[in-house]
Amino acid sequence: MALKDAAPKAITGNRLRDGEVVFFQSEGVWVERFDEAALFEGAEAEAALAAAKAQADRDQYAVDVYAFDVTVTGGTRIPVKTRERIRALGPTVRTDLGKQAAA
Amino acid sequence: MNHIAPGRHAGVYTYDEIDRRFVAERVEQFRAQVERRLSGELTEEEFKPLRLMNGLYLQLHAYMLRIAVPYGVMTSRQMRKLAEIGRTYDKGYGHFTTRQNLQFNWIKLEETPDILNQLAEVDMHALQTSGNCVRNVTTDQFVGAAKDELVDGRVYAEILRQWTTLHPEFTYLPRKFKIAIMGSEKDRAAIRVHDVGVIAKRNDQGEIGFAFYAGGGLGRSPFIGKLIREWVPEEDFVGYLEAILRVYNQYGRRDNIYKARIKILVHELGQEKFTAEVEEEFARLRGPKYRLAPEIVAEIRQHFAPPPFEDLPATSVSFDGARVQNEAFARWVAVNVTEHKAPGYAVATISLKPAGGIPGDATSEQMDLVADLADRYSFGEIRVTHTQNLVLAHVKQDDLFALWTALEGAGLGTANVGLIGDIIACPGLDYCALANARSIPLAQAISARFADPARQQAIGELGIKISGCINACGHHHVGAIGILGVDKKGEEFYQITVGGDPTLTTAIGDILGPAVTADEAVDAIEAIVEVYLANRHDGERFLDTLKRTGHGPFKERVYAAH
Repeated sequence: MALKDAAPKAITGNRLRDGEVVFFQSEGVWVERFDEAALFEGAEAEAALAAAKAQADRDQYAVDVYAFDVTVTGGTRIPVKTRERIRALGPTVRTDLGKQAAA
Repeated sequence: MNHIAPGRHAGVYTYDEIDRRFVAERVEQFRAQVERRLSGELTEEEFKPLRLMNGLYLQLHAYMLRIAVPYGVMTSRQMRKLAEIGRTYDKGYGHFTTRQNLQFNWIKLEETPDILNQLAEVDMHALQTSGNCVRNVTTDQFVGAAKDELVDGRVYAEILRQWTTLHPEFTYLPRKFKIAIMGSEKDRAAIRVHDVGVIAKRNDQGEIGFAFYAGGGLGRSPFIGKLIREWVPEEDFVGYLEAILRVYNQYGRRDNIYKARIKILVHELGQEKFTAEVEEEFARLRGPKYRLAPEIVAEIRQHFAPPPFEDLPATSVSFDGARVQNEAFARWVAVNVTEHKAPGYAVATISLKPAGGIPGDATSEQMDLVADLADRYSFGEIRVTHTQNLVLAHVKQDDLFALWTALEGAGLGTANVGLIGDIIACPGLDYCALANARSIPLAQAISARFADPARQQAIGELGIKISGCINACGHHHVGAIGILGVDKKGEEFYQITVGGDPTLTTAIGDILGPAVTADEAVDAIEAIVEVYLANRHDGERFLDTLKRTGHGPFKERVYAAH
C-alpha cells in the first residue's frame, strides 16, 4: 500500500452559517482547532467521512466536507498539503488574522 | 479647494426609484433564500447558484463577498460604506480586484443579507459578480479625465450594465462573460483579453461608433480577442452585443466547464465563421427593439457630465515649485500623475502596492482617508483600476502636493505606477479555494527587493503579474514578466513567462524555462532586470528590449546555475 494511503486523515468543512473552517471530532461534534480534530486511519477514514458528511448535511451544519492527509511526528500533527495548513491556521501573509491569531 | 458636497458632482450613475426598488427587492429575496438554506429547505446544490449570483463565494477561511463597482467608479459616500462594512462585518480591510471590484474575505453567510442591505443604502450591490452571467463591465480608470480620451467609456459601460443585469436570456450562459470597453488612444482596460472587448471611437464625421473584439481571455487557454467588426454605429451598440451573446449562448459548450468560454467557440469556429454567425444573428434581430436611441444615450451621458472645473491656467506655480523642492514628491508626480484634459488639473493614481505590502489591499482607515481626499480634492469621485490601484481623476495641480502629503502619511504615497513594484497579484493560496500556490508572499518579496523608488524609475515600465493558479486572476499571461504558481509534488513552484502585453499590442507571455522556487523567482526577476539594463538601447522599455534580443540572454542568466 502506498504511504499516502496509510496516512492518517482528518475531516474538515466550512461551517454553513459563517464559513468558519471546522474539523470533525466525533459524531455531531465539530471543532474549530485542528489539534482537536479526530484522526482516522484507512477504511475507518472513509466511513467517518461518509458519516460526517451525512450529519453535516442533515443538520445544515457544514458544507464542502472532505478528508485530508496528516503527518504525525513526535506527537505533532501537521496537514500534509499547504492548502490544509493554511486552512488550519490562517493566511500566511496576515498572521494577525484567522485561527493562528486566536491561538 | 473643491469644497463640494460629497458625491454631488461625482461622475457616477445615480439610481432612480426603479433601480432602488429592484436592488431592495433582490436583497429581501436573497434574505429569504439564506433563511431557507439555513433551515434546510434549500440544499447546498440548490442554493449555490443563488449565492453566486449575489456575489458570495465560499473560500479557504470563510465566505468571500465580491461587491460590484460598476466600471470601477464610485463616490466617496460609497467608499465610506465599504470601509464601514469592512469594520463591522469583516476584519477591517478589503481587496481591490483585477475587475475593478472589491472583495471582503471573512464574511458570514448569516450576515450577508444585512451587508447587502447596507450596500443598497448607497446604491451598491453584489449582483452578477459571480455565476455564468455577464459580469462587471470594466473600463479605463481615467475615463472622463485623460487627455488622450476620445469617447467616455462610462456611458456605454452603464448602458451595458443596465442591459445585461438580469437579462432573461443571458442569466445562465455556458460560462461567465466579461466585457471591457475603452475609448482612448491607449488601452488601459486590457480589452483584447476579455470575452468581448470594445473600442469606442469617432469617425471622420465625429459620430461615435465601436470596434468589437470577441474571444479574448486568460485562464488555462489564453487567447487574444479577434476583431469581429471594425465599425458598429452607436445605435447598433446594444443589438450587436446581443447578437454576440446569442451566438455564444447557442453554440457555447455546456458539457465541459474548461471549454465553455466564448474564446473556445471563437477559436474552434474561426474568426470568419464566428463573425458570419454574429452578422447573421445581428441582421435578424436588428430593429426598433434593439436600437439604442440617441435620447437614451444623451440621458445616460448626463450622469457623467464633467464636474464644474474651475478656469485655471495650464500650469501651477506652486505645483512646479513643490516638485523642485521635494524629490520624493517629484518622483511620485513623474510616475503616478497623468495629464488631464482640463487645464490646471491632473489625474492622480493612488498606489495600493507599498514595498513589501499586499497588492490591492486597503484598510478601512485607508478607504475612509481616500473618501475624504476625494471629497476635498476630486469632486467626491474615486475609481478602481484593473491593476488593483485607486484613482482620483480630477485633482487641481495646485492641490497635488497636499494630496500626496496626506497619502504618504497613510502608506498610500508609493511612487510606482506601471513600474516593477506595481505588481498585480491574485489572492492566491492564502485565501482562494482554487489556488495551487501562494502569490502574495512572492509579490511582497519582489516589491521589497525593488523597494528603492529611484531604482524602479531607472528600470522603467515593467509589469509583473502573478497568479496562484491557471485561472489567471492575476493576469500573469499578459505580464511583461508573468509568474504562475504551481504545485509540484506538494511544493510551491513558480513558472516565469516573459513578453506578455495587455494593451493593444496584445501578447501572451512565453515560458522562460523550468519552474523555480519562490526564493529563486525573486533572484530570477533580479537577473532579468540586470540583463535588460545591460542590453537596452535608449528609450527601450523592457518589452522592447526583449523583442529585440529574444529570450536567449534572459534565459541564460536566469538558469545559469541550473
